[in-house]
This record gives sequence, C-alpha cells and structure tokens, in this order.
Amino acid sequence: MADKIATREAYGNALAEFGAKYNDIVVLDADLAEATKTCIFKKKFPERFFDCGIAENNMFGVAAGLAASGKIPFASTFAMFAAGRSFDQVRNSIGYPHLNVKICATHGGVSVGEDGATHQCCEDMALMRTIPGMVVMNPSDAIEARCAVEAAINYDGPVYVRFGRLPVSVINDNEDYKFEIGKGVKLFDGTDVTIIANGLMVEQALIAREMLREDGISASVVNMHTIKPIDKELIIAEAQQTGAIVTTEEHNIIGGLGGAVAEVVSEVCPVPVVRHGVPDQFGKSGAGKDLLEHFGLNAKGIVEKVKIALNLKKMR
Amino acid sequence: MNNDKILELKKIATDIRLGAVEAVYSGKSGHPGGALSASDILACLYFSELRIDPKKPRDPKRDRFVLSKGHSCPALYAAMALRGYFDIKELKNFRHLGSLTQGHPDMKTMKGIDMSAGSLGQGFSTACGMALAAKLNGDDYRTYAMIGDGESQEGQIWEATMFAAHYKLDNLCLIVDNNGLQIDGPVKDVMNVMPYPSKFRAFGWNVISIDGHNIEEILNAFEEAKTVKGKPTVIVAKTVKGKGVSFMENQAGWHGKAPNEVQYNQAKAELEKYKSEL
Repeated sequence: MADKIATREAYGNALAEFGAKYNDIVVLDADLAEATKTCIFKKKFPERFFDCGIAENNMFGVAAGLAASGKIPFASTFAMFAAGRSFDQVRNSIGYPHLNVKICATHGGVSVGEDGATHQCCEDMALMRTIPGMVVMNPSDAIEARCAVEAAINYDGPVYVRFGRLPVSVINDNEDYKFEIGKGVKLFDGTDVTIIANGLMVEQALIAREMLREDGISASVVNMHTIKPIDKELIIAEAQQTGAIVTTEEHNIIGGLGGAVAEVVSEVCPVPVVRHGVPDQFGKSGAGKDLLEHFGLNAKGIVEKVKIALNLKKMR
Repeated sequence: MNNDKILELKKIATDIRLGAVEAVYSGKSGHPGGALSASDILACLYFSELRIDPKKPRDPKRDRFVLSKGHSCPALYAAMALRGYFDIKELKNFRHLGSLTQGHPDMKTMKGIDMSAGSLGQGFSTACGMALAAKLNGDDYRTYAMIGDGESQEGQIWEATMFAAHYKLDNLCLIVDNNGLQIDGPVKDVMNVMPYPSKFRAFGWNVISIDGHNIEEILNAFEEAKTVKGKPTVIVAKTVKGKGVSFMENQAGWHGKAPNEVQYNQAKAELEKYKSEL
C-alpha cells in the first residue's frame, strides 16, 4: 500500500494536471487556496486563478457567469461554506440554469479536526443531493479523487465533489479499477450482508470485512463514490443477494449516502438498511483521527452495525 | 443627440410599459412597480446599446445583459418581444403553467435570457463572471447588469462590487434602478443603503448619476462608460417606481401586485395617451 495522501492534495494535483490539457479550466477560491490545494494550480496557471476573497456567495455567482460564457470553472472552499453558506447561490445561480460549474469542496466531515464544529460540514451531501441535476461525489482516495476531477471536466453540468483534509490510504491502485459517474464499485462479493461506503469510510469497510470474515460472516463491499445519481441497479442487486445492508459515511446519518440507499431499497426491495455515520450531532475540536474514533467512524463501528443488520434480517 | 432616435426610444419605452402592465394583468400576479421604473433604461439597452441579434441569442460575441432584479422581468420580456426574440403574444401567458415567460427570468426556458435570476443579489455576481470570461478570452463584448434599490441591501451585491473593481472589469456596466422604494416602504426607512455614488466610488468604481427616465442621459451614460478604462462603471439611475401609470407612481404597494380590470384599462389608456402625444 502506497503512502497516505489527502484527497484534497490529489484534487490540487489533478487541477494542475488537467489544467494543462483543458485551457477553459478556470479556478476560483475564497482565501483558502493553501488549504483546498488549489494553490497547486495557481502556481502553474496564475492567469487562470482568481481569488475571490472571503466572499463565497459572489464566488459561486462569478463561477456561474464564467460557465455561461463557455469556461469550465472550478470553485473551491470548505464544504461548510460551499454547500452550507452558499446553498442559495449554488441552487439558483448554478443548479437551476444547469451550468457547468464544478464545486469542489474540501474539509468535509468531522476529520477536519481541531477547527471544530463550525468547520466540520456533515450536511453537504444531503444538501447538494436535493438540487435537481446536481452530480454529487465523495471519492475514497487520491486515485479516485483524480478520476472524479477528470469525470467532472468531461461531464457538462453542475457537479459537487467533496474532498477530505486527512491523508488517507490509497485503496484503488489495482489495474482493473474503473471510474464512472453514477456507477458504484464492487470491491468484494459476499453472501450475508452488503457494506456500502464512500469517502474515507471505504477503507474502514474493507477492514470491517476482514473482521467479519473471522466471525464467519461474508460481506459484500461497495464503494459508492457517487451518491447522485445513485447506482440503483447495484443497490437492488445487493439487496437481493445479501438481504441486509449497512451504509457507512463521514456525514450525518440523515440525508447522505444512508438516506440515498434507504430510499432505493425501501421503494424497490425492502430489506434492513442500517445507517452508520455521524449521529445527528455537531462535531467538536480534536485531532481528526481522534474525532473519527469518538464518533465510532471506524471498522469496529461498522461491524457493530452489521450485527444489528443481521439480527433484523433474521427477524424477518 | 439625434432627436428622432430619442423620440423613437420614448415610444419603445412606452410600448415596454404597455407590455409589462399587460403581462402582470394577464398573469394576475407579478411586479409592475420596478418594471415600469426600469423601462426607459431597458428600451435604451435593447434598442440602442446592446450588440445583440435576436436570431443568434447564443452568439459568444454578443453583449450580455443580466437583470439581477429579476422580478422586473415583465419589462424585460416586453423589451425582448419587441426586439424580436419571441412573439409578443407570449406576454399574455406570463406566469402561466408551461409558458416561456416564467415568474422570474429563466435562461433555460427562454433563449436570449443571459442568466436566470430572481433570488436577489445573485445576478450581479454572474455578470462579473461573464465580464471576466471576456477578459480571459480576449473578447470585446460588454456585460450589463441591473440591480434594484432593495436588492442593494444584500451583502452579495457589495462582494461583487469589490470583485469587479479588484479585477478591473471595465467591460462591465452596472445600472442601479434607484426608485427609492421596496416592498415594506421607502428604502431609507426599511434599511437605508443610500447614497450609492459615494459607496461605489469608495469601492473604486467610476460613477455616473443620471435621471433614469431621460433617454439622452441614459444613452450618454452608456457612451461614457465605454470610455472608462481600468475600472467598472455604475450608472446610478434615479427613477420613479411605477413610472407612467399615475396611480402606481411612487407607491410601494405596487411593487408586487397585479391591477384589476378597471385599473388595467386605466393604466393602458394613460400610457397610450402619453404615446400618442409624443
């Protein structure tokens, strides 16, 4: 396994890489270029980088105007300010006219760490998912982050991508790895339960699978990097195959991946769906990895939810 | 200035007012006050200033116009219909289900609308993006945006004001439709955001103050704006809300209310009389 790398770092590198290939890429930031890693692009293409200052709402409007004039704007800030503060701008200036803006938000989830609850956005996937026509992604490692950026460039329309602050393991470094918007990646096949994960919880899902195997439980593992459009086909196939699903995400259990999966399952093939994520609470200050432990966002937490799901399955 | 041209634009502005009042009457809802205050400026934009071709509404080289105060779209729709973007009969379908003429401008539904707008404070920022794109591409098109009085209370307006000056968007021209009224009453009583000229000057803008119903002053302001390099220009246009319809003039109550049949007929008669006496 390669060294750990944050998906925000991979994002900055991808911008610089694809910026050379696509002259229409323009990058906007709101005084966080060092943190969001758009500074990597800025260094290489200063004439196509525009700092908007601490004025996110205007930034997303400027991005909309650039897109309406044929540019491919990437607008970055923390997830809290992109999806939270600027929800109205993203909805009305970008989503409603279906403009080709790439909203690339870093510092999603509680792993932001020390900055505390005001900066730990656990609602972004839920918010962005309710905007008609918005593609919503949360890549699991550096390789997938790069793929998400490339896919966003090649997709004509609004896209929201969440990147993380913490360095995470590279898990998609196998030769047959393929990224497609809206297509989940099945990492392991199992018979008893399916774990559907995204973001940094994919790695934990893989560890949980090993732990469950030692207990004689066979788990499918799906990396659901795109939560909108959600891969209904794969979810239904898993529900039919294993009859129990656990979702895991670094997001409020309300409205994110768990919500998206439960919506599909309950309408098409009802089986138990147990949501693992940030309980309906605000975060707090602490080291990112300590906060993940605090909220049980680890393999052990997933295993506990799997046991609950298996009990529910037995009771049916 | 050519007197025939001024007379012609006055007539067009009156036709825009007639169209706007008809749209709001037919839609049984909408915003006549700010549409009527903006009509002379819209006449000058669509029939003199903007480099546009209704047959090529997506031409990358066209001038852009963003009606950031999107609720004034009855006048925008009337101007566009008169300019040939769509059949003027469509004004009768204003705000009806399935119509081209949505309650606030929608670039997806209607070709020729350069930006969907309606949530106040947002259109101006998108115009900044369009002006920035022109700079990046080396295009010589100009971008115009119109904001309202009450709209200027939105913080985003001043974010965009900073941005346009910082990036020296001299290909951007902002118009403030300064009619002094908003839904809850006079702007100075609701939340005073005036005076505009000193505020914009402090942000580094070129400021031109005019009477927003004087065709000659409007045209001259647009000309002057084009000559100013290195900074954006704002035209602060003093206007009368409800201009041209006696009982709507300077009445905050006519911000967002449709006339009944009697009121509509009176408004129409007044405007037609004005036009016939031009």
